[in-house]
Amino acid sequence: MRLFRDVGTHIRRSPYQAMAAVLTMFLTFLVVGVFFLATVASLTIISYFESKPQLTVFFVQNAGEKEATALKETLDATGKVASTTFISKDEALATYKEQNKNDPLLLEMVTADILPASLEVSAKDPTFLADLDKVIVGATGVDEVIYQSDVVDSLLSWTNAIRLIGGILGGLLILDSLLIIGTVIAMKIALKRDEIEILTLVGASPWTIRAPFIVEGGIYGTIGAFFASLLVTMLLLWQRYTIVTFLGNIPSIQTVLGSATSMVFIVSCLSFIIANMVVGFIIGSLGSVIALARYLRD
Amino acid sequence: MIEFFNVSKLYPGNASGIVDVSVKIPDGEFVFLIGPSGSGKTTFLRLLIRDLLPTAGTITVDDVALGLLSASTVHTHRRKIGIVFQDFKLLTDRTVYENVALVSEILGKPHREIEHGVMNVLQLVGLSDKRNHFPIQLSAGEMQRAAIARAIVGGPKIVLADEPTGNLDPQTASGIWDILEEIHGLGTTVIIATHNQDAVNKMKKRTLILDHGTLISDEAKGKYHILKHDKHEHKGGDNK
Repeated sequence: MRLFRDVGTHIRRSPYQAMAAVLTMFLTFLVVGVFFLATVASLTIISYFESKPQLTVFFVQNAGEKEATALKETLDATGKVASTTFISKDEALATYKEQNKNDPLLLEMVTADILPASLEVSAKDPTFLADLDKVIVGATGVDEVIYQSDVVDSLLSWTNAIRLIGGILGGLLILDSLLIIGTVIAMKIALKRDEIEILTLVGASPWTIRAPFIVEGGIYGTIGAFFASLLVTMLLLWQRYTIVTFLGNIPSIQTVLGSATSMVFIVSCLSFIIANMVVGFIIGSLGSVIALARYLRD
Repeated sequence: MIEFFNVSKLYPGNASGIVDVSVKIPDGEFVFLIGPSGSGKTTFLRLLIRDLLPTAGTITVDDVALGLLSASTVHTHRRKIGIVFQDFKLLTDRTVYENVALVSEILGKPHREIEHGVMNVLQLVGLSDKRNHFPIQLSAGEMQRAAIARAIVGGPKIVLADEPTGNLDPQTASGIWDILEEIHGLGTTVIIATHNQDAVNKMKKRTLILDHGTLISDEAKGKYHILKHDKHEHKGGDNK
């Protein structure tokens, strides 16, 4: 009880220092939160593409099931193919309609004729792709071949860039937060030098003296992290529809963001906020511990 | 039992605090520590609460060698001791009640026990009616009584007082001596560093005289000796 009363008094008596510490933590967690979610989304997208067939063969407009069947037989004959799936023009249209069901304008403009038929191919081993490519390129009616590995590589380079920028920015901001909280706590230690001396002389344990400062730093971190993660969650909620429109065919994204009232979405948001608050408390406390080690030696 | 065995404390620059002091103070004794300013009285008290470590020698309290206490356990020793400072050292942003309750809170006593204990000692020192006053609202004598209340509220085995009447008028000082004697009557060991000649002579308690850090006299029913170089300052404070 006394601990929290002391912490409350510390914060109340220097509101501007407290505000500086909380705002710094807020900014840190806002940036770290956004980059964290961007990284998670990128990794989810990569994982999705990695699970898809390794290459997709698109046929020219006047080609269809006949050419696809011929190609399938040729590929099967190599013994290097694990599976093939033919997607007709009508099936392609059905998939397109499903993906754009909320946008009538896009649906009006597209018919089955303008969508190409395709053959999705999975090799038994990714090293067979080069051999299969030679067979596919020479086949009748083939327009274009898309390798998922190209998409994955491209996404991976984006993800790495996001991770690198997020990591550097986050690292710098965490360091900044530690320094700001450390400085605020150091100022409070200096202001309370007499009180600390009295407490020491009347038999207060080192923990009794240090705990209010550690908890105070932790509270700054927790409050900053709470508001930052709340804002990130609200931004996510605001942009949920756009994200689902573009990435809704990725099952895990559809599951989490499909409905704002689903239990999965609510639990995910709460977990994100709570995890941020815990990390905020740890970083804030760490800032205090650094200040105590520097300015309050035994 | 408090025991100093060949204890010396040298400050940086070889300025001596106390030099080769050996003394035993049994439980429940009332001891005056006298001597001119700079004679080592405050050093003696600070060594006893392990605010300082001796340069040489051993100090034991209840058979515990203070030099062996680590920084993380020294508070267990300090909880046996109540300290009264010449400058009171009250927390200015807390009321008399809160200042006194501080020690009990540190000891982790339950709320009801704290309230009962604090009210008892405030009554003993005559500050019950000023329990909600802040230190700035008190006279010097009242602040000293509040400091005494804080020193005794935890029921310490030992009470140390460093010039407890240094800032007080004779009448108020007399009240403080009465309280300290009352505390001693409860079985508490009381050690007082003072320049108050009248109190020492009147109370006739064991008196240790320090001069330039050396223990030059230890009398069972001592009286105040004014050393030649102390004549001009025997009513002053002790800052070292």
